[in-house]
Amino acid sequence: MIAAPVVELVNVTRSFPGPPEVQALKSVNLRVERGDYLSIVGPSGSGKSTMLNLLGLLDRPSVGEYHLDGRDTSLLDEKQRAIVRGGTIGFVFQAFHLLPHRTVLDNVLLATLYSGVPRAEREDRARAALDRVKLNHRLDFLPGTLSGGERQRVAVARAVVASPELLLADEPTGNLDEATGGEVMDLFEELHADGLTLIVITHDQAVSDRAERRVRITDGRLSELS
Amino acid sequence: MKVFAKRMLRRRSRAAAVPGAELAASAELTPSIVPVIRRADRFSVQDLMVEASYGVGARPSRLVMTTLGTVLGIASLVVTIGFAQTAAGQISNQFDAVSATQVMIEPASTRNSSGNEQATGRLPWDAPERVNRLAGVERAGLVAEVDAEDQLVTSVPVNDPSAAQTLSPAVIATSPGLLAAVRGQVVTGRYFDVGHDERADRVVVLGARAAEGLGINRVDSQPSIFIGEVPYTVIGIIDGVERRANLLDAVIVPLGTARADFGLTAPTELHVQIDVGAGTLVARQAPIALDPNAPENFTVQAPAAASSLQDNIQADINIVFLTLGILALLAGGLGIANVTLLSVMERVGEIGLRRALGATKRDIARQFIVESAVIGLLGGLIGSALGVFAVVVVSLLQGWTPILDPFVAIGAALLGTVVGLAAGAYPAVRASNIEPITALRGGT
Repeated sequence: MIAAPVVELVNVTRSFPGPPEVQALKSVNLRVERGDYLSIVGPSGSGKSTMLNLLGLLDRPSVGEYHLDGRDTSLLDEKQRAIVRGGTIGFVFQAFHLLPHRTVLDNVLLATLYSGVPRAEREDRARAALDRVKLNHRLDFLPGTLSGGERQRVAVARAVVASPELLLADEPTGNLDEATGGEVMDLFEELHADGLTLIVITHDQAVSDRAERRVRITDGRLSELS
Repeated sequence: MKVFAKRMLRRRSRAAAVPGAELAASAELTPSIVPVIRRADRFSVQDLMVEASYGVGARPSRLVMTTLGTVLGIASLVVTIGFAQTAAGQISNQFDAVSATQVMIEPASTRNSSGNEQATGRLPWDAPERVNRLAGVERAGLVAEVDAEDQLVTSVPVNDPSAAQTLSPAVIATSPGLLAAVRGQVVTGRYFDVGHDERADRVVVLGARAAEGLGINRVDSQPSIFIGEVPYTVIGIIDGVERRANLLDAVIVPLGTARADFGLTAPTELHVQIDVGAGTLVARQAPIALDPNAPENFTVQAPAAASSLQDNIQADINIVFLTLGILALLAGGLGIANVTLLSVMERVGEIGLRRALGATKRDIARQFIVESAVIGLLGGLIGSALGVFAVVVVSLLQGWTPILDPFVAIGAALLGTVVGLAAGAYPAVRASNIEPITALRGGT
């Protein structure tokens, strides 16, 4: 038996019952090793959302198997999937999704609530995560007072605070200008250099090009780009 | 290929060190492959409360509007119940304790041919024990007038020709339990007991005014008085007899003593203390208990039952106000449901985010239900406080005694929570069914 990859999709198909029945993903095979930096590119409607849903354990494949960190996720019930999601996967979104009435520190702490970080460690880890994204001088700020780039860095801190196996970024630079988007991508590269497994889903060729390995998704089918 | 396999092996051993360790523990017990997480570390009740309180406090102005319906509903319920209780208190105050709870039974009398009153019945000596068994009877005691007119009652048996002739106090005999039955108090010393009564001891208790007249104000020196030539030891002085005030002017001896010394033949009155509202019942049953063969030989003075009309009016008012209160509460509940639903729609992004961070549908539902329950509790607390305040203020202005069961106030606040819970159920289900990725990609 060979070591388990972080993500392994085997013949995954996701179809939505019709009529007409739509196959958003068609027999997809994907293997992401620990420490990989992968980008998934594709035009809108190509199945990126479905891919994100499946990878993030927010949806189940209709056919096929998804092994996350060596575990067969089809055996998990909803609650277990939520727990695995909280502890194993970090999300970064295009729209940041910071809670507007909570401080930067609180927003990062939010991720520790559901992922089983022991209560005594929560604040230290949140501060450490914010240190890492160089926002330790903004702990008590509300998100509304931060720039776009800073907000996305808070979101990254939130995504990594629970020490996930996998960071899933969905159009992470979509709401940022080129310069701040570049900063965020630099941050991703630093995290990658530290050993984090990264999957960036994007339609932006420039963002995609910074990944070590790129796959394209077109009409529900996955193809490797060299 | 070989190199690749070696790399994989190394990775495998590293992977096993981290998540595999926790995995091993759970794999023994359950087929689950979920990491074991201590309950206290994952979204505990404490976390739930903190998150819910942020949700509640995020928009203070909206919170005020949301709670308003519950506040009004709860307040009107508390006011209604409070006024009902206060009014009930007023009614029983009018029938004040003494007149509403005192029954007196005398032998019936007829006029004989020469125009004199003649008793047709006779109270038995054990009358107090007989009526004590009846429902609604608290205490009972016998009174008998002692015919001692020709005997002077004095504190000193000295014939002082210069002293003005004074009216000597009346001598009255009672059973030991009478004092309690007519609600008198012992000022000093004690009242005689069953022992004195049975032995026919020569002891007396003085009414306060009689004691004053005889110049006796303390009993620790064992003063004596004389009825005629016979000395009696004073063992106590009583006061505060509201129902039979002439006891205050009397020298009181035990019934047994009166029978032995004065040839007393029968008691003249039976005083009974009853529960409020038991008047009609006791009036019907007491004569039968006293003499089953001839209950008609007694006359009973009992308090009338409270007007049933009054009760009906009170009940009508209560129903109107309770209905209004419940309607207001329903409106309040709908308000909470509406605002919570609105808040769910506004916070779609937050809900999606929480799901992505590892919240289960249940966690989301719990959060929204707790939020609306807290809003309901707040409304309940404020409403309950306002209601109590209103009852107190109106009672003050009217000169009434405000009466409100504390459990009504507490229960009303809790009722607010229940309304909040019920109102939050549907929005919470809606919130928990939101699709995370749709929510997360939809902007906001």
